[in-house]
Amino acid sequence: MQSLVIVAHGSHLNPDSATPTHTHADTIRATGAFDEVRTGFWKEEPSLREVLRTARGDDIYVVPLFISEGYFTERVIPRELRLEGWDPELWGSDGISADTATLVASDIDTEVHYCGPVGTHEAMTDVLVRRAESVTGDPSVGDGFGFAVVGHGTERNENSAKAIEYHTERIRETGRFDEVKALFMDEEPEVDDVADHFDSEDIIVVPLFIADGFHTQEDIPEDMGLTDDYRDGYDVPSEVDGHRIWYGGAVGTEELTADVILERAADAGADIGDAIARVRQRTKPTTQAAGD
Amino acid sequence: MSVAEPTLSETQLAAFREQLASDPIEYDGLAAEYDADEDSYHIETPTRQTTLTADELSTVDAEQAAYISNWYFYTQEVGGEVTQAFCRWLELADDRAVPDRYDALNSGIDREWGQLRVTTTLADDGARRYEIRHVDDSDADADALTTHTDPFDARDIGTLDAKGRYRPLRTAPSLDSGWIFSELTANEVYDAVEAFYPATVVNWHREQRGELDIDHWRDEQDRQSGIYNLITVLPDEAVEWAAAACCDDSQCLKRREWELSEDEPLDADGGDGVFPCREPCSMVVAAGREWAKLERDETQTYEFELTPSEKEQIEEIIDAVADDEIDEIREADIGNGANRWRARYLREKRFDDDGHLSGTPTHPDGHDDDGNDGDDGDDGE
Repeated sequence: MQSLVIVAHGSHLNPDSATPTHTHADTIRATGAFDEVRTGFWKEEPSLREVLRTARGDDIYVVPLFISEGYFTERVIPRELRLEGWDPELWGSDGISADTATLVASDIDTEVHYCGPVGTHEAMTDVLVRRAESVTGDPSVGDGFGFAVVGHGTERNENSAKAIEYHTERIRETGRFDEVKALFMDEEPEVDDVADHFDSEDIIVVPLFIADGFHTQEDIPEDMGLTDDYRDGYDVPSEVDGHRIWYGGAVGTEELTADVILERAADAGADIGDAIARVRQRTKPTTQAAGD
Repeated sequence: MSVAEPTLSETQLAAFREQLASDPIEYDGLAAEYDADEDSYHIETPTRQTTLTADELSTVDAEQAAYISNWYFYTQEVGGEVTQAFCRWLELADDRAVPDRYDALNSGIDREWGQLRVTTTLADDGARRYEIRHVDDSDADADALTTHTDPFDARDIGTLDAKGRYRPLRTAPSLDSGWIFSELTANEVYDAVEAFYPATVVNWHREQRGELDIDHWRDEQDRQSGIYNLITVLPDEAVEWAAAACCDDSQCLKRREWELSEDEPLDADGGDGVFPCREPCSMVVAAGREWAKLERDETQTYEFELTPSEKEQIEEIIDAVADDEIDEIREADIGNGANRWRARYLREKRFDDDGHLSGTPTHPDGHDDDGNDGDDGDDGE
């Protein structure tokens, strides 16, 4: 019996924090690729301490729904899951190349496959592009558009910036958008000055965050000048200094993120059949625009 | 004996024969074995012993049919040991033999799990069906409740309370009512209960087997890193206050089993919940971090001028907030100390322009600190 366990941060304060986790779990559950799909949280229930005991499978894949490799994925989650013998070296990662480590979780005396976070998987690049399509309502968007991938910056985790740069470069390599740049909330180049960093009249802005919350719904829209007060909302696109800003909100809410979770599990050896293809088909973009 | 439609389906009989072809059955009062030499089946239940040929199995009498359908349901339809144990608890299986249980299931057996009322009934083939509703809706007409069929809907039902406030603690006694899951299978009832009250069934099951692993406060302290390291300096007496404040049945339906340490019990009541709490939850740890910061303050002697009724009013306001009774205080009930006009009047009379009670500065030495260190306590780094 094959189980997927998605672990995420969650929040004591924001009910929307867990929404992407639950949504992607539902999407994957519907594919039937796993006998069960369970979710566990640092801040919500079931806790990371207890999530493995809710899983019934004997072949368990744990995928962190986190953006970067660092404190949570390398220290908190392995400790809370009680992965015996865990060492970040087992991922052999340079900060963006974590793969899988198979270890016994002493809570259930069973081996689990502990995967790298979704945020540093190459498939996350496709989700960023998919968000560009969904926020503009144009499946072929690219020509004439700039694309800004936004992250926290290095203040809290140096790998956070690495993940942003990694996907920025991958999008740039596709040649699809006129300009692609990494911007940050707490370091240069700052998202506050988004218009200064692009020549393109149209700029798509997508934060590499898992869930919408304080930063993506309040800070970034206000800092970019989309609105003076986030409670008043903002238009997509919004005019800022002669540019049209297409603000997409947290990329982790894009349905295609479920695909990255599947990719992580498949890389770790999960037998998921054609689930990836089906999720890609099922999550084709709608024409809704964020912020409406 | 009145048992619901005792006939066994061909699927059930095939499974029965297949099992006996490899091993005898001993389950819940049923003992059965296959005699290959005689090509016959020996079936024993508490009041009856029969020996039948394969062809005669379909004519087994009502009581034995009930035992066989009971075996079939639990071993072939219910996935996993934990779900089986939970479903058996739901129908009081340890208290009644199968025929009596089937009688009771015909009219439905009710159990309460937190604020859930779970009713088990019997289908014609011996399969169980489960209904879940809020305990406060026990007497409600099902048509008056919103019907759900997907067990994972329970997750959304449990996200906000009746006032639309977020419930970060799923086991808080603030579950909204007005909904019903009217016909769930065994595996679905497990998923729904798991979604309402995550990990409660599996922890209850471990406890039932005498295998509940409890992590006490000191274990929790030792494990922390990042910003939660701060709970290591929380005084022991503060842990006592925290447990009394947060883990009381009025705040959480889990039964607290963790103590200061295995050898240092807390005086606070752990509660009467059916499912255990095996370690301080993330809410308690996050709150403990805040209290650890606040407990670093030294006490200070203040001099306030209050009338006796004003002193009592402050106590009433604290009680009303702590017991979540603010919304129940009527608009014009000026006699209640926590009434809004009473509170506003007190503020007008006793606060100075800086918001200080009786004009008394919080830090007479001029040091100004509101105790906020700039983070929202909702992160781990």
